[in-house]
Formats: sequence, structure tokens, C-alpha cells
Amino acid sequence: MNIQLRDPKYVMKLSRLGSFHQSKLSFLRSFLNEFKDWEYKKDLFELNSKGFGRAVYSFTKNHKTYSLVCFANEIKDDERSDRVIATKWDAAFTLFDGMPNKLDLERLQNEVPKQEIGRLSYKELALSRANKSVRVFDHVVESLANGIQPDKNILSKVGYLYRTTAVYGSGKFGLADRFRIKNRKEIRGPFRLEMMLVYLVRQFTFDQVNHIAKNRNPNLAVELDLNICRNLGIGNSTGLGMAPFIVNHPTLLNNWILSRETALKQIREIENVSNEEFEIFKTCLIKSIKNITSWNTDSEFQNNKIKNLLRDLEKFINYLNKSLNFKNSFLFNEIYFWIEKNLSDECIEYIVSMMMEPYPNIVENLIQNMSSDEDKYFNIPVNRTIEELRNILEANYSEILQIDFKKEENNQNFWFISKNKEEPRLANRFNDPGSDLEQPLAIARDIKKLYEVIFTKKNSLTIGKFLMGHDELRHVVRRAFIIEKFPYSEIQDNTIGSKLMPIDMLRLKLSFFGAVKFDPRSDKWLRICMFQGAPLPIDLKSFNDYWIYNSLN
Amino acid sequence: MKSFSEIETTVKRATKGVGFSWGVAEEMGKNIKLLEMFGLPGLKNVNHYFKIYNKANFENINSISKLNNPKKIFCPINAGLNFFDQSHALSEFSHLEINHVAFPLLFIPFLSRASEMIGKRIFLHMDKKEFLLNFNQSIYSNYLSGDILEKAENIKIQFLENKNTFSDEEWSEIYKISENTFVEETEELKQSGAGAGLTDND
Repeated sequence: MNIQLRDPKYVMKLSRLGSFHQSKLSFLRSFLNEFKDWEYKKDLFELNSKGFGRAVYSFTKNHKTYSLVCFANEIKDDERSDRVIATKWDAAFTLFDGMPNKLDLERLQNEVPKQEIGRLSYKELALSRANKSVRVFDHVVESLANGIQPDKNILSKVGYLYRTTAVYGSGKFGLADRFRIKNRKEIRGPFRLEMMLVYLVRQFTFDQVNHIAKNRNPNLAVELDLNICRNLGIGNSTGLGMAPFIVNHPTLLNNWILSRETALKQIREIENVSNEEFEIFKTCLIKSIKNITSWNTDSEFQNNKIKNLLRDLEKFINYLNKSLNFKNSFLFNEIYFWIEKNLSDECIEYIVSMMMEPYPNIVENLIQNMSSDEDKYFNIPVNRTIEELRNILEANYSEILQIDFKKEENNQNFWFISKNKEEPRLANRFNDPGSDLEQPLAIARDIKKLYEVIFTKKNSLTIGKFLMGHDELRHVVRRAFIIEKFPYSEIQDNTIGSKLMPIDMLRLKLSFFGAVKFDPRSDKWLRICMFQGAPLPIDLKSFNDYWIYNSLN
Repeated sequence: MKSFSEIETTVKRATKGVGFSWGVAEEMGKNIKLLEMFGLPGLKNVNHYFKIYNKANFENINSISKLNNPKKIFCPINAGLNFFDQSHALSEFSHLEINHVAFPLLFIPFLSRASEMIGKRIFLHMDKKEFLLNFNQSIYSNYLSGDILEKAENIKIQFLENKNTFSDEEWSEIYKISENTFVEETEELKQSGAGAGLTDND
């Protein structure tokens, strides 16, 4: 049976992309698989009795080393902020290429805590900072110092001791450019080094609480139970800074979605699903429900989504138990047809993620296709014709071409870069100043404009000649020729309309990272948790790949 | 040191900041990154150009022909874009000339990328400076000072035909040496090789 890939016009809608969940393709899971045989070491741990100071952790294999350099700082409670405008954090981190020497450490001690206003070098690969979840952190230290383990109910409500408020890579603030690492054989997919940084930060948070507790009460203190550690992750606060990424990296976006869609297609094409495979699917699904019931958020939007997801999952399990004959051939195709007909977007995508669990062979082959050499597709093929361009637009943007941008609600917002923090922001075109400096992120509107302009042009006119008088459309001409080769490269929705939920754009990217427990704090930023349930560095040599469903919380 | 990624992003924004479109800004971000990666002073030149861009009245070139003379002085960005966009047609000329181009270093990356796109090396004489643009893989030049070039009086562009830098005789000689790695096959192996025993007329 040959199953077609799902239509990009269906998959690439923001409401659908905003319903994506972590899967076996997610970067934090593939990172752990790829680095499991690397040697982990705590190389330096120079903290004072209050837990302030510096530490270095490393992964080494075959003379290649990556090191996390940590600086824990004393800050006042009123200085602690997750907002990007903050200037001080409880801890600051960089991932160093190799093992830093004394001079490197001195340089980094001056620069890393300053974050955006510091200067990094080509020796540093990623940069981050994090704040304590003070209530949980203090409770854990207090408990351990008194010789008891912390209250799991308090821990489970938050799920981490620290949350990062930014993780930077790819040349930001002087960090190494991507070209320096892209051909390394151990870097098999996107964001591997950012994942490594976050993973090692998680270990630092455990070592820091143990250290403070021990210093507070040397005779009585106990170490944080390893099972509790495994069930704590690292939080992250994410705002609009992440949203334009998926618009600005069309071929990368395509490769992520295409991998997911190809996995689904290949799984639906399996004629005989073994009992064992079906059991893995079902077990992961049942276990994962704990992750949903322990998903705490004050967001009404998210609570409704969770409620619907739980209701749909109940319906689905009922179908599995009562209606589905699991001896049928093309079982996952049958399941897919049923979920499409009966469940919401959120639950459909949840189950699509689950379907990948029994099939490491399918997924692992796709993981290596998830990066992109973006510069290769930058040049506009100027010898092509207007007729070809028109055909591409009609074939790939047919729904976008239906949007009426003369209506205020379809043209309400604009994206801009804030002057004070150089971060992307969204504002109302009709109320707020600055729309003349709009970023080129209104792709649907500009594609429609391009279509209208070329409508009256001669079919045989070359793109090169057309562009001579149309500089203002150059960015979307480029995109049109990209989507011709990369059908999942474009969000098939209006990114400036009044109904836009920017967190849908964040959620898409975060699901590919492997984040769970999305907790929207508004329609423009959210908190998440990463690596909750993950093996500790000491467990890496042998761990269960389904760890993400093992959470005790 | 600024990373290439920072250079690309900042130049892109600056290009938009002086009034070009986002599409052109994207091109300029890539171009200046390219010059800097090849060790040429792209950022220095574009910075100076943008400082005077809105005060000076640079001339746009529309359709590039074999000989191009402005009334005043050509904008290198507009000239470069049009060269790139028309490069398939322009490569039919073996030579062409563009006179009086401001900040001509900014013109070069468009030609370098065109060289890759049309699959031909491009040789550039810029007054006394020479640049060989190799399919956007490298730029070979006698210009090493790293100075700002405010103007080129005359730019001669030559599309080089795809031909080797060596003679057939030199090729035969090196090929003969490479044969030292070959092993004579036995009769038995020849009989059992791919296609052996089959008729090709089936």
C-alpha cells in the first residue's frame, strides 16, 4: 500500500502545528541516544558554602571534548526575572569546545554572566542563563539539610529546580558560527549542542542543591534521591524571540516536518504490525497519560486543550480496547483514519507521536535528514519564468491566496525588532507605532501581493527581468522557489491576522526540541520542561529509550 | 571578534535601514558575510557606503549591456543585483564593461554567486586590481590591502570558458602515473565479471 504524505496545506496550519507533541524525532531524545557512549565527568566544582562559584562538566569521546562551564551568582530576589530584559541571573552557562584552560575560565568568568552584553569567542558553542524556581529550590535544600527527601507533591507541581530564560547558539554574541560544527560526525541533527548544554545544566542543579545542603548541615544532610533527580527536568521560559525562527528557516522547517510526515507515512504502510510493536505503542500511550494529568497550568487556553486531549484519549483507548481488531493488516493506517475522523488536532498529533515509539529503525533513518544547508537554496533561479512562478504559487499557496488582506482583521499585526533588547515583538498595526519598520514575516500577505502583481505579466518574462522593477517582492520570490522543492517549508496561515496565537509558533519548535508540559503564561510566552524523566549522566551507558513516559510525577 | 552570523544579521538590518527592500537586504547580508569569509573588507566598505548612501545621488542601472556608462556614478548594490539577475543572458557576452561604480567591492559577491549559478569562472579587472571568481568557492586576487575602495573608474568583466588549466599531454602523463595503482585481471576473473555470459541482445 502506498500512503500519500499528508497535504502541507493541512499539516502546516498554525492550529495544527501548535498541537504538535514531542516524539522519538525530538532533539533531546536523539541527543541522548547519540551521546550515550561519551564519557561524562565533573571536572571542576568550586562553589562556596552558599553554592556560588564555578563548575565544569564534560563529555569526551576519542579525544573530542565538550565542556559545560557554569557560573553560579548571588542575586537579590528583586533582581530575579525570567524576562529577556533581565540583566542578572542565578546562574550563567556556556558550552565550550574542548576543555577550557585557566585563561579561558578567567575570560569566561568575565563574559558569560553578562550574557548578551558580554563577548564570546569561536571556542564557545552555546550560551545560556537560568533562574532558580526559588520555592522548590529552597524547599529541596531545606529538606536535604534536615536529612529528609523533599515533598514530591511540591516538586511535581513545578518539575525542575532551575529554568533557563534563553539558550543561544549559531554565532550569537561572538559564539562559534554553525559552519564550524556542521560537518562534525557526532553532530547528526539540529540543536545537539544546545541540548547538551541544557542536559548538563540539569546535573549542575542537582550537584548545587546537594552541596548547599551539605554545607548547611554537614552532619545531618542527605543527597537528593537519584530517582527524584531523574524525575526533575530543566524548565524554560520562552517568548516571541523563538517565533520568527520557523519563518526565517524555511528549508530547516521543511526537513523537520517532512521527517515527521515520512515517519507517519511509513508506519501507516506497515502491513503486519507485530504484537510486540502494538504493545509498545499501547504501553507508551497509557504511561504518557501521567504526563498529561500532572500537567499544571493556569492558562484557560491550555487547560481546555488538556481537557479535550484527555477526553479524546479516553475515547481512543476505548476504541483500541473495544472496536479495533489488532489482527487487521495495515493496523496503524486504520487507526490513523479513525483518529482523523473522531479526534481533535491536539490528540491526533499526540497519537501520531506515539505511533513512532515502536519503530526506531524508521525514525533513526529520518533523524539524519533534519538539518539543512540553507545557503544552498538562497539564490533565486532568475532564468525561470513568470508562468512557472505563477504555477508554483497556485499549487502551493492556494488557501493563502484566498485571504483578503484589505480586511483589517487579516492585517492587524506587524512583527518588529525591539530597540531595547533586539528581540522580535508583535504589535497592532492600527494602534502602535513602527509598522513602517515591519519585519518580513507577513509571508501570506506578501505572497498574495506577488500573485496579484505577476497576474498581468507575460508568461515568458524571466524572473530576473521581473525583479528589475520589483525589489519589494524579492524576499517572497525567493520563498516561492524554495517551497517548490520543500513543500513543508511554509506556514500555511496568516501570521499577522487578529486571530494569530503566537504560542502556536513557539509550541511547534519546542515540540521538536522535545519539551513537555507547555504552560502558556499569555498568548505570547510560555514555560516548558525539558529532560524530565531522563536518565542521569551516570545512567547513560544503558537506559530505557521510553524514559519520557517513566516520569513519577 | 564578530561572528559571520552577526555580520550577516547586522548588515541585513542595516541594508533595510538605509532604505533597500528586505529581499535586497537578505542578499546584502549574505554578500558581506561572503566577502568577510574570503578575507575581503566587506563590512568596512558597506559601512562607508551606507554613511553616504542617502546624501549622494547614486545612479541605478537597469538593463546591463556590453558597455555601461552612467551619467554620474552607479550604485554597486543595484548594479550587482541586476548583473546577478541577468547573468544567464550576460554570459553570452565574452566581455562587458561597467564604468564609474561606487564602492566596487560591494559589486563582487554578486558576480561570485553568478559564477556559481551559471557555472563559469568570472575574471574581473577593476582599474588595476584583478579578481578571479571561482564558482563562489574562492576569490583569487592581487588586492590584499584591505582598504576601502570608494570608486572604480572602469570594471571589465570576462566570462571564462570552462577549460582546463593543463594540456592533454600533461593529463596523459599524470594519468600514466595513476595507472601504477591498477592490477592486471586474470582470465578467470574477466570471465566471471559483471555481464559475463549474458547476451546484451536479450
